[in-house]
Parts: sequence; C-alpha cells; structure tokens
Amino acid sequence: MKNYFHSVELDADKCCGCTNCLKRCPTEAIRIHNGKAHILSERCIDCGECIRICPHHAKRARSNQLEDIEQFKIKIAIPAPALFGQFNNLDDIDIVLTGLRAVGFDFIYEVSRGAELVSEATRDMIRENKLKKPIISSACPAVVRLIKIRFPELCANVMPLLAPMEVAAKMARREVRGMTGLPDEEIGVFFITPCPAKVTEIHSPNHAEKSAVNGAIAISQLYPALTHAMDHLTTVESIAKSGLIGVGWATSGGEAAAMLGEKYLAADGIENVIRVLEELEDEHIRDVDFIELNACSGGCVGGVLTVENPYVAQARIHNLRKYMPVSLNHLDEKDLDMMLWEKELTYHAESFALSDDIVEAMEMMDQMEKICANLPGLDCGSCGAPTCRAMAEDIVKGVAKETDCIHKLKAKIQSVYDQLSSTL
Amino acid sequence: MSSIHLHYDVSGEDFTRAGEASGSVKKRLKALGYNTDAIRRVAIAMYEAEINMVIHADGGFVDVEIYPDHVDVLLSDKGPGIPDVDKAMQEGFSTAPDNVRNLGFGAGMGLPNIKKYTDDMRIETKLGVGTDLYLTVRVNQ
Repeated sequence: MKNYFHSVELDADKCCGCTNCLKRCPTEAIRIHNGKAHILSERCIDCGECIRICPHHAKRARSNQLEDIEQFKIKIAIPAPALFGQFNNLDDIDIVLTGLRAVGFDFIYEVSRGAELVSEATRDMIRENKLKKPIISSACPAVVRLIKIRFPELCANVMPLLAPMEVAAKMARREVRGMTGLPDEEIGVFFITPCPAKVTEIHSPNHAEKSAVNGAIAISQLYPALTHAMDHLTTVESIAKSGLIGVGWATSGGEAAAMLGEKYLAADGIENVIRVLEELEDEHIRDVDFIELNACSGGCVGGVLTVENPYVAQARIHNLRKYMPVSLNHLDEKDLDMMLWEKELTYHAESFALSDDIVEAMEMMDQMEKICANLPGLDCGSCGAPTCRAMAEDIVKGVAKETDCIHKLKAKIQSVYDQLSSTL
Repeated sequence: MSSIHLHYDVSGEDFTRAGEASGSVKKRLKALGYNTDAIRRVAIAMYEAEINMVIHADGGFVDVEIYPDHVDVLLSDKGPGIPDVDKAMQEGFSTAPDNVRNLGFGAGMGLPNIKKYTDDMRIETKLGVGTDLYLTVRVNQ
C-alpha cells in the first residue's frame, strides 16, 4: 500500500493543527506534527469524515475540473444517482441529464443503470448459492477499504462484483465505441461523484489494475454550472433509462431492497458500519444473506461532495422514484464476466500490525502497555495522536516521544520548578 | 518476553457491555499481526463465553495469555455453576431467560460453539461456587 493514491488531501496553509479531524477519523489515520495534520496513507480509507468535520476547510478532495473533459474527443458523463436528489422541485431526471449535455458532455449513462445490472447479478448469484454468506456489498469503496485493512476474515464475504460506477463506465464505453468506432483512448468517462472514496477508487481500484473511468467531478464542483444550464434549457431530451431500483441506490437501504429478499440488513454512517462489521466478525449477526453498508449517513446522498442535506435529498429521491418503472436494465448473461472483480480482495495486515515479526510485535506491545499505563488516559489529542494508546504506539514505533504529552511535560516542568524553588 | 498477559473484569450488570473484553483482545491480536483465522476463533469463542458469564453468572473476570503460536483464555465466574456439563454441551440446550432470548442470545449454541472454535476447552464447575472455563486456540501452521 506504499505510494497509495488518496483523494483526501490537506491544504497546509489552512490547517491550524486543531484536533477536530484527529478525533473524528474512524481508522486513527491522522497525526498532527509541527502544527499540521498528516494522513497515514496505509490507514486512510478516504471516507471523507475529516473533510466533513474540518472547520477551517483545510481538508479537501482531489477531483477533476469540468475543463478536464476537453482532452477527450467524446466526453461521457456517468452521474451518481445521488445527483438527482440535489435539486428542488425536480420531477424528471431528464432535466438533469440534459443539463449535463448542455455543460459539455456528449453522452450520458446513468450509474443507476449499472446499479440495476449489479442488483440483478447479485440476485442471481445469491440464488445460485455461489457466494459466501452473508454477502457484503462492494459498492461503497470506503467500506471495502475498511474491510481490507481491519477485517481480515470478512474479505471473503465482500461481493466480487464491480460497483455500479464501474459497470456503467464499461457499458457506456462499449456503447460509444460501437456508435463512433473510436478507440478507448479518445473516449473520456467522468463520474459525477458524491464522495472522495470514489475518486480514489478510480485512481487506485480495489478490484482491478485499472478503472474504466478516467476522472471524477465532484457534485459540489459541478453544481453551479449544472444548475445554470438546467435553468436555461429550451428542450428536454429523453435520455434517462433508469428504474426505481437503480435510483434507489442513492440512499441507504436502496441496494438491499433491490435484493427483493427479506434477509438483509442495511447500515449507514461509518461508526455504525464498524459496529456491524465487528459483530459480523464475532458471528453475532447471523441469519442474514445480504449486508449493505454505506460509510456516509443516509447513504451516497450523505457524501461530503454533495450540496444538499442528505435527508432532504433522500426525501426527494423517494418522490422521484414514485413515478418510475421498477427496472429498465436487464442483465445479458454474456456480460456477467466483465462485471466480476479481476483480483481478489486481500487483507493488508501492515496497516495496523506493529511489526511483521510476531515476537518483535509482542515486545513492542508489551512496551506499549507499559507506556500507556503511565499516560494520563485523557485522549485529549494535544500530543498529535488521537488517543493515549495511539500515542504509546507512536512512541514504540519511534515517531513520538513521551514529552509530546503536554500533561507529562507539565509534570516534568513542575518537578524541575519544585526542585529549583527548594534550593533557593 | 514469551507472552502477553491481559486481564479484564466483566461486569454482570450491563448486558450491552458484554463483548468489550473480546473486542479488546481482537484489537490487540490484529495489532500483533496475529494469524487471522486464530483471531477470528478467539474472538467468537471469547464473545460467546463472555455473554454466558453475563447471562448466567453475574460477570467475573477474564485472563488472556497470548503466545506466538497460541492463545490461552481463562474465564472465571462465581455464578451458580453448571449442574450437568454434558447437557449444557448439547446444541439447543439453554437455561437462558426469555428477556435474553429476545435479544438473540440463549439459543443453546454458546458452549457448543465455543468448543467448535477452540482447540482445547476445559470446564471446571462447582454448584454454588462458580465456573472456570479454560480455552486454547492454536495457530494452524
């Protein structure tokens, strides 16, 4: 995981070294050194919680600008279904899709169409009993990364199917290649993204060597240009080919409901996701066939790169779906192969292991417990580590020292002062 | 140093806190880069045993000894003791009260499951005195 691409990055000028992101990070992947936050690459899952919490807007997500699409002859937009929940009084998603055409895209393929194919493939695979149960959805890349670094025995439960974004990109490419005869290099596929984890997934996929998507533009980035274009449309083209099943993936529970079965569970919000994974690991959650997990509260509509309150967006999606057919995309058996993961999900023990040598790791842990017992246990974050335990780990690893703890330092200064004043 | 010792007191008062000790052991084993199959088996067995301790015995304590090639766990309580160990080992046999069953526990899979996931399991129990449950999980080479 060295040289691992992250879409979450720091604007050092804006970072004041406060502890907001440090305390919020669900994988303890942030440390503050010399007054600036640093991300531990091997632990970051790009969930975007630090972007959400930072009051100084020092954390941001790398994504493409609209101008970047110009480097391709044919420009394809694949919008996440969460996009449809961002507009007031929208009753027809074709208005949004025509708006995307107006801002410069030649061809639009909704990710919700890919979602309907993934739902159907998953249903087939469950019926044929091909997968290890309970099956964990692979749609949220932050969750997949979390499993990869923290839940070794659950890696085999992650559904080995591409996420709807990737399926949509492949389908759109194939269609455009067929229509234009152009080679892949001249076709640019851009995901309109609600979250930074998807940006990472494009540059450093969990499932394959290379993604079929060329770039991602944040919904929040595109929003002003898109709403302007939507307000000035003269005609609305008929582009949409999604049913309520695909569009439902925008919110938590949508993907699980598309399984059309009863034994499913859907959890959203990273802390809840971690609790479910812990209980799955302990085999306390049983009798469930399918588990949908979304790192963001509310599901993809809660992504940090959206503009609307996730619950408002959720209500809008619900209304939009009322008038939609169930599903408009159906799986051609021949296409199943191209929807499967190219490589197995493997556990990255090094993200949290103290050493790759067990005896050395045990010695380090022994020291850690001793150091930890001597720290104040306030988990204040002032030393730059999120908890006293994390700090003890950093000391053992040689990247922090005990006097980084301001309480320890204060006690030391006090004792020097006491000594001095007693000699005077 | 040949092993790491961990000690936990398990409260019998709060049902929702059962699993804290096994969760903490799991986290430490992961930090050690321990064999992942062994981590899973320790976590499941300890969790079940912890739940038993809370349901039947009003809590107790857990001692864990982590070695490079195996983990020993002792769960000790001062509960009522198990009258018939053979019967308690049967799948589906349970003396758990209804309120516990409603939460998805007490299905009579506790001890059989613990046996299934551990390499060694020994029960020392005395009516009215308490129960000591000794577990060993070895790293499969």
